[in-house]
Amino acid sequence: MSTTQPTTTIGKAANFAETRVGASVLVREFGRKIFPSHWSFMLGEVALYSFVIVILSGTFLTFFFTPAMGEMHYEGPWAPLRGVEISEAYNSTLAISFEIRGGLFIRQMHHWGALLFVAALSIHMLRVFFTGAFRRPRELNWIVGVLLVIMGMAAGFTGYSLPDDLLSGNGLRIIDGIVKSLPLVGTYLSFFIFGGEFPGTDIVARLYSLHIMIVPALLIALIGIHLVFVVVHKHTQYPGAGNTEKNVVGEPVLPTFAAKGGGFFFLIFGLLALISALFTINPIWNYGPYDPSPVSAGTQPDWYIGWADGFLRIVPGWLEFYIAGWPISLNINSAVIVMGGVFGAMFIYPFFESWLLKDKREHHILDRPRNNPTRTAIGVAGIIFYCNMWAAASGDIIAVFFQMSLNDMIYIFRIVFFLGPIIGYMITKRMCIGLQRKDREIALHGRETANIIRLPHGEFLERHEALPPHKLWKLTAFESPTYTPAEPNAEGKITGLEKFRAKLSKFFFEDRVAPVTKQELEASHHDHDSVESNTHNQIGH
Amino acid sequence: MKLLADRRRHPMALVVLLLVGLLMTGGAYALFTQTSSAKADTASASDVDEGKKLFAANCATCHGLSGEGSKAGPGLIGVGAAAVDFQVGTGRMPLQSNGPQARVKEPQFDEEQTAQLAAYVASLGPGPAVPEDENLDASKGDPAAGGSLFRTNCAMCHNVVGAGGALTRGKYAPNLADVSEKHLYEAMQTGPQNMPIFNDANLTPDDKRDVIAYVKEVSDTPSPGGFKLGSLGPVAEGLFIWFFGLSAVIGLTVWLSSRAK
Repeated sequence: MSTTQPTTTIGKAANFAETRVGASVLVREFGRKIFPSHWSFMLGEVALYSFVIVILSGTFLTFFFTPAMGEMHYEGPWAPLRGVEISEAYNSTLAISFEIRGGLFIRQMHHWGALLFVAALSIHMLRVFFTGAFRRPRELNWIVGVLLVIMGMAAGFTGYSLPDDLLSGNGLRIIDGIVKSLPLVGTYLSFFIFGGEFPGTDIVARLYSLHIMIVPALLIALIGIHLVFVVVHKHTQYPGAGNTEKNVVGEPVLPTFAAKGGGFFFLIFGLLALISALFTINPIWNYGPYDPSPVSAGTQPDWYIGWADGFLRIVPGWLEFYIAGWPISLNINSAVIVMGGVFGAMFIYPFFESWLLKDKREHHILDRPRNNPTRTAIGVAGIIFYCNMWAAASGDIIAVFFQMSLNDMIYIFRIVFFLGPIIGYMITKRMCIGLQRKDREIALHGRETANIIRLPHGEFLERHEALPPHKLWKLTAFESPTYTPAEPNAEGKITGLEKFRAKLSKFFFEDRVAPVTKQELEASHHDHDSVESNTHNQIGH
Repeated sequence: MKLLADRRRHPMALVVLLLVGLLMTGGAYALFTQTSSAKADTASASDVDEGKKLFAANCATCHGLSGEGSKAGPGLIGVGAAAVDFQVGTGRMPLQSNGPQARVKEPQFDEEQTAQLAAYVASLGPGPAVPEDENLDASKGDPAAGGSLFRTNCAMCHNVVGAGGALTRGKYAPNLADVSEKHLYEAMQTGPQNMPIFNDANLTPDDKRDVIAYVKEVSDTPSPGGFKLGSLGPVAEGLFIWFFGLSAVIGLTVWLSSRAK
């Protein structure tokens, strides 16, 4: 109960909101949230904004799309299809493209926005992984993030299957094949999904319900949880002078970050509008109506499903075999195993790392990727594993473009499938360790100035310049997890699991480069003050 | 003449001389190519003899002295004038190099020589003739009917709008955007390289004209949605959003966060 009543318009409005919904609590909690400023922290925002744009443009599309598979003859303006028998869904998509004012632009914006949404999700996720932002207390938010990626893929797939053109039908046929390849239940499941034999007349309406209701509702719910977690956990920050585990250095949401974020939304909107106005995406009028017999050359899914398609392209056919007359179609359903494996690994990684390091503490300061070489190397191995399958989905186009044999492309992808991640792991780990050693060298002996001096007795030396304190902080003040040997549990026994953990821990940290200690730093400064030339000679050799 | 003699050591004299020379050669070339194409329409029986000479000099090494074929190349008896007109007219034959498939290059023979070669090969045995203009007029075809035929018969190799695609072991189905009506027809008729033959019982001349109408319609109509990105489908779109879209986005994030400092 305030004793003074507000007199200004804004004051009255604020009082109105405060006395009814307690707005000051919201403003205090959310408005004062601090966002550190770094370009890589804005990638998640890009995903959020493109999602908003996709929702807006998608709503427009629902006004004109007919989710039905009744047959009719096309009588619209696109000459190469006039008189051809097509479905209502395809007809309405053609009408959106050619007859609804602005329809093609909005359709392209919806599709480009969806591609950007999943792309932004992906690089946001890579940023979180490589900087260790998934560590306690943010493991659950990492899981929400992985679920967002899965739902993003589901939203995309259910969406691009809707137009009922040749390309979308080919995509559905692959899903039908995967479903049918599941042991025992496959055929029943396929008939259940398609309402009878593929393709049936139900699937577009069913996908439509999923695409405009269930999947977006789940996405919105997950995004809500994700953002609440971001507020609850506070933002992470990069190591730097003044950044600690107990503070967040940055700008408050109100007014700075909100203004900047609002502007950023319009920049993303503008960029997507520009792309949609200039570049065709999914020209459904080219593909013609779906018919189970034709398949076009260069039939691929949208990029985020590409890795699964690529796996199907390189998996050898002999993986299908019979046991007592029952077919085991590992040549198809192994795609499900691989996808499950990739997402499963993503789900458990935060818990795995915390178990391995015996580290249950909270982490708010991010790792520089080089300072955790094994994690970074695992991440790169994962990227290579993914990208190889992804590239395999476009093997035919690569073959034509570079005048290669399609068969050779498949052999190459098969080899890289197994060797690529291992080689990537080894190279990345060595690179990280090399960078860490360079950091040590610079921290202890300063920056090379390329300034050569000659001493009176004829010796040549390069002058090294001490780093400014804030740069030195970045190179020296970081946490460096180390090997933890097997420890007995409460009963005094070392379990087999604990021994395994110790072995893994050794694998993770056997070639760890220790960060510069205070003593080392002081010793090096001492050397520099007294016998500068000597130190350099020693280090140089 | 005195005027010329005075100026022959002028610095620009060489340039003028070059220009005159180039104009004369170019003009003569244009004149001769025009006359030869006019001749091509009136192919006579004597063309067979000329064709035989050309064949012996350029083709016989692989196809045999009288077109009977050898280990290096197939027999040509009965392939008809249409096959020769396609293979030689698109530059695929004579073969540039051994490989999975003959590649298109600048034609080695002019239209008259091509017609002479075709006349000779046609004389070896009955085969499909070069198609009549009547069958090549895309404006008389039905692009929608052609589209249905194209999706069923052609799209699995050539892509739905004829953008091309990969076949096994380095072979490929070429892009059809710049292929002439005549060569499209002859390709269907004779099945060059790895392409199956679509004879008149399979696709009637009217069907073939519909297919030609479809290919011309989709390759000549401006793209309604903007740049086509090669009509290659989702791969090109994915590459675009990752390389162009995401680069632009990261550029924006760097720009926005750099201002804060």
